[in-house]
Amino acid sequence: MDHADTADPAARTAPDRTPAVECDDVVIRYGSTLAVDHLSFNAYRGEVLALLGPNGAGKTSTVEALEGYRPLSGGTVRVLGLDPGSDHTALVPRIGVMLQKGGVYPMLGPAQVLHLFAAYYEDPEDPDALLDLVGLGDARRTPWRRLSGGEQQRLSLALALIGRPEVLFLDEPTAGVDPEGRIVVRDIITAQRDKGLCVLLTTHELAEAERVADRVVIIDHGRLLAEGTPAELASGTADGSIRFSTDPGIDVAALAAAVGTGSAIAEERPGSYRLRLPDGADTPAAVASLAGWLAEHGLSLGDLRTGQSLEEAYLAITGTRSVPDPVTVDPPSGRRRRSRGRR
Amino acid sequence: MRSLLAQLRAEVTMIFTNGETLFLTLGIPVVFLLFFSAVHVLPTGTAHPVDFLVPGILALAVMSTSMTALSIGTGFERGYGVLKRLGSTPLGRPRLLTAKIVAVLAVEIFQAAVLIGVGYLLGWNPGGPGGATALVGEALLAMVLGTAAFGGIGLLLAGTLKPLVNLAVVNALFVVLLLLGGMLIPLSKLPTWLADLSKVLPAAALSEALHGTLGHGTPVAARDWVVLAVWAVGAPVVAGLTFRWE
Repeated sequence: MDHADTADPAARTAPDRTPAVECDDVVIRYGSTLAVDHLSFNAYRGEVLALLGPNGAGKTSTVEALEGYRPLSGGTVRVLGLDPGSDHTALVPRIGVMLQKGGVYPMLGPAQVLHLFAAYYEDPEDPDALLDLVGLGDARRTPWRRLSGGEQQRLSLALALIGRPEVLFLDEPTAGVDPEGRIVVRDIITAQRDKGLCVLLTTHELAEAERVADRVVIIDHGRLLAEGTPAELASGTADGSIRFSTDPGIDVAALAAAVGTGSAIAEERPGSYRLRLPDGADTPAAVASLAGWLAEHGLSLGDLRTGQSLEEAYLAITGTRSVPDPVTVDPPSGRRRRSRGRR
Repeated sequence: MRSLLAQLRAEVTMIFTNGETLFLTLGIPVVFLLFFSAVHVLPTGTAHPVDFLVPGILALAVMSTSMTALSIGTGFERGYGVLKRLGSTPLGRPRLLTAKIVAVLAVEIFQAAVLIGVGYLLGWNPGGPGGATALVGEALLAMVLGTAAFGGIGLLLAGTLKPLVNLAVVNALFVVLLLLGGMLIPLSKLPTWLADLSKVLPAAALSEALHGTLGHGTPVAARDWVVLAVWAVGAPVVAGLTFRWE
């Protein structure tokens, strides 16, 4: 989220800035199953693009098509202007790949594997420096299969970086990584972005997308549901509400009257309220009136929030699978996805 | 070239640092050679069993490395996603396969050196009473064909089965071919129907070829050449057609 505003939307669409990654009307089928359904998006140098969606949304299929692993049933993909299938040999030295899981010789230690992979590239990074960067300096000789899940992920990330790639494909880079490891991974991702790399990652975790991505593409059932910066996505589905919490059972009618004509307040859960303002209402003034009324009545004010989080936007978007109606922010059909998304 | 050499070094290192593989490729052949030379329980039909055992165990060593060790290692690499991951590096499949083939040949040369050395220490007299070693070229060609045949079978299994299923199948196949391949037990001691079956398998063809050239000083029979050649071409082709990298 804190990096969202560094990417200038105007610069991204300027004609001289060609996309590093292009997906155009991509269709991927496995037998009769449609994994990716006419998906189009671009990713650019110097940005982190997150493919966000629930498990089984088609994220991995899309990334693997870009890496050259999946044949397309329709549409085209280009990475650095090259076809990942037919231009594979020209492309692989320029991309870094982190698979969703595995991909490393189980008996070799991080130092051995990094030195081996370094030999595949013309001008590799220094393997020992990379080991320290990902925090595996103390586990140099531990065989891969004895590393923790988080250590394995960090080694995979180091392997993706060893060839000095121009585009990074990271499939669930923080899955199974402990909180400290996540900070390391996020810092590395943003540092690579700042060096001008295009980073395309997948995640089913909203918080992760919100923290690390400059732009988010939300997909479900292989279809693009929404695309934008986390802030744009959150505000795009905002409904002009103010949410707050205080003691349960306050006199909502009296408070609404104090805030102004046309506003309405509902207690959504005990102690959790949503204040809806009429169109064109002055939000700061409404907040001031709200705070003043609560103070007069000796009530506390907590969790004050205008607009909504990306999480609410995501649930709204994936829950209704269309541009959401602002009123249905809490989709009753989105329960299962919701619990997975919050994990 | 640098990537090929690095990969080759890694492949050889993994064979020589993996206890199970080392036991399979060196431990079993050397122990069999020592044990059965000293303990005359096998119906080798000779008063000097080491003359029968060295060629047979050389065939066994070729099979253990090119089929069993290669298959188990490749199967696990496939299961762990290593082969898939290597697909998005500049190494490329041709160099990966070249490294694996050269690694297998290197291990076989090492095995042969050890087994022949141990054989001489045990009083092995190659080429039979005449001491003829003129057929060593034929023996080498038979070993190369055997390597291709067993390597093809090993990769066929590694490329289609799950790693643990592959491990079980390839070990079972190793034992069956060991018993039916004329490596420890002469084919003449098998029931006729079983011996006839064995003769179309690459294990028996290779061990017959080595027993002939290195044991009795007789050239490889045409039938053995044909069996070896058919397997040496057919098994890798079928493996190549069916191999799944992930």
